[in-house]
Amino acid sequence: MNNYIKIKNLYKIFGNNTSKALDLVKSGITKEELLEQTNCVLGLNDINLNIPKGKIHVIMGLSGSGKSTLIRHLNRLIEPTYGEITINGLNVLQLSNKELLEYRQKNMSMVFQKFALFPHKTILENISYGLMVQNISEEIYQEKSKFWLRRVGLEGYDQYYPNQLSGGMQQRVGLARALATDAEILLMDEAFSALDPLIRAEMQDVLIDLQLELKKTIVFITHDLDEALKIGERISILRDGSIVQDDNPQKIILNPSDNYVSDFIKDINRSRVIKAKSIMKKTISMKKEDVPIIDSEMVLEDVLQKITKTKHYFVHVKDNKNKIIGKITLKELLNGIQRPNKESKKYA
Amino acid sequence: MEWLTKFPEMDRTELREFKKSVDNAFTSFSRNYGEGIENFFDPLLSFLVGFEKLFLNTPWPITIFVILSICWLASRSFLIIFGTFLSFLLIGYFGMWEDTMSTLAIILVATLLCICIGIPIGIAMARSNKIQTLILPILDVMQTIPSFVYLIPVVMLLGIGKVPGLIAVCIYAIPPIVRLTNLGIRLVDKDILEASESFGANYWQKLFGVQIPLALPTIFAGVNQTIMMALAMVVIASMIGVQGLGLPVLRAISNQYLALGLMNGLAIVVLAIIFDRVTQRIGKRMQRYKSD
Repeated sequence: MNNYIKIKNLYKIFGNNTSKALDLVKSGITKEELLEQTNCVLGLNDINLNIPKGKIHVIMGLSGSGKSTLIRHLNRLIEPTYGEITINGLNVLQLSNKELLEYRQKNMSMVFQKFALFPHKTILENISYGLMVQNISEEIYQEKSKFWLRRVGLEGYDQYYPNQLSGGMQQRVGLARALATDAEILLMDEAFSALDPLIRAEMQDVLIDLQLELKKTIVFITHDLDEALKIGERISILRDGSIVQDDNPQKIILNPSDNYVSDFIKDINRSRVIKAKSIMKKTISMKKEDVPIIDSEMVLEDVLQKITKTKHYFVHVKDNKNKIIGKITLKELLNGIQRPNKESKKYA
Repeated sequence: MEWLTKFPEMDRTELREFKKSVDNAFTSFSRNYGEGIENFFDPLLSFLVGFEKLFLNTPWPITIFVILSICWLASRSFLIIFGTFLSFLLIGYFGMWEDTMSTLAIILVATLLCICIGIPIGIAMARSNKIQTLILPILDVMQTIPSFVYLIPVVMLLGIGKVPGLIAVCIYAIPPIVRLTNLGIRLVDKDILEASESFGANYWQKLFGVQIPLALPTIFAGVNQTIMMALAMVVIASMIGVQGLGLPVLRAISNQYLALGLMNGLAIVVLAIIFDRVTQRIGKRMQRYKSD
């Protein structure tokens, strides 16, 4: 269960004579040196990743870091140079062409940055596409598509064409199209990046809402840290084709693995992201009166409000079973909000 | 220093021998296989003849009605209908009805032939870069070689008549539809193709569900160009025995009949304009999804 998607030693090199380039890369040559010596571009460098079932796993990186390349390996829109990908125990790279088509039809669907809707098909036909490809009878796919059209809040738009809809609505169609096939895995390639901030936030909420109910395995790609923190249950940070940190969001913020990651997170509003449970001490004060008790999932911004209203400048933290599990003092709170000191411009 | 001022050319007798041997080879080829090739094209001939007869034997009011209905279905434009109606009345009144019908028949058959052959070739070119590099120079030759040059072997093989004329028209008219089919398919947005692939569509589902529908406006521009070029070949085709509006033009050239030449020439122009406007409208109507 925990390792639904397993990626092992995955390399991707673009160019000619990749086998020679692969040997060079394995011997530890850098991306720039590789380009100079062989004219090959290193896309992915020794990726090892386990993605659990039923969670939103975010892969984050700047443009050119290889995140879109990586996600396209999962449904083999891009073939790897070397490595292993198993999904639910099935070696995806060994599928024949026919099996691959069926695998894409049944087990995976994808949402695209630029929506990639079919402009010549109506909204309903767009949503039906994944089912039509499977030669499912029209009655069934019409019904399913209509269900998903309602589910993403676009009832009544069946017969419109994509360009008659706004960006946000188009991506709702993209989402419905991907969900309509009932595939277990949802690949989202910068799905909300092309939308303006308000609509983006709205779509993130739509996704989170749907996920509460559907529990799909979602691989979500983004370059936006706020988005990653908002929806990601686990985040992998990609840089120059390698994974530099793979952790849960709280740990990434509190313990960035290197200067690159700490540079990445330095601009976020820590008080709005870090949760009480991440910074609390597991000691409990004897004083009970006047000490507010807060939820362990509360973000520091809210903790601050509570703490300033007390005499003692500390709060108790309870877990979801209402049991007090620790406390946070003002000093710890400020430490948590403060940016870590070790940042520097040069990456390790 | 003579070699600088005079090109070092092949020996005259050798050159003559060379030309002669090519001619002889082709003559013997056409003697041996000409009949077989002619038989091969027989179905085409009977198709063309049948088409022509249909046009000529149908009473003219019915023909005009059918033509106008087709124009209406294709273009939905009163202006085009009215223009077409007027043009055909004038053509008939000035005594060019039968020639026009013959020309229409050969243009339609040639266009159909070009579509049936050209679109699959264009699709194959779009699928593989190798096929594209192979076919592009052939298309270049077909478009630039003077038509008289390929009339010679065609006539040697098949003699004078409708079929060689049809072939000549097709050679000249097919390149645009091949090129634009190829181009249209290649221009389809990569993202949209990727989306189709990500849902597990196979090659044919991609081709007929996504690529061709999105390429249709471009393909239709190719059909339009093909028809125009076929019409442009009408006069030359009449030199090798094709009936129609080209024949009077040819007669007018050799006898300096200004009025005859102008009238028939204008009739060709009118046909061209009608074909062009109607097919352009179809192309536009195929892109309705682009407007709000």
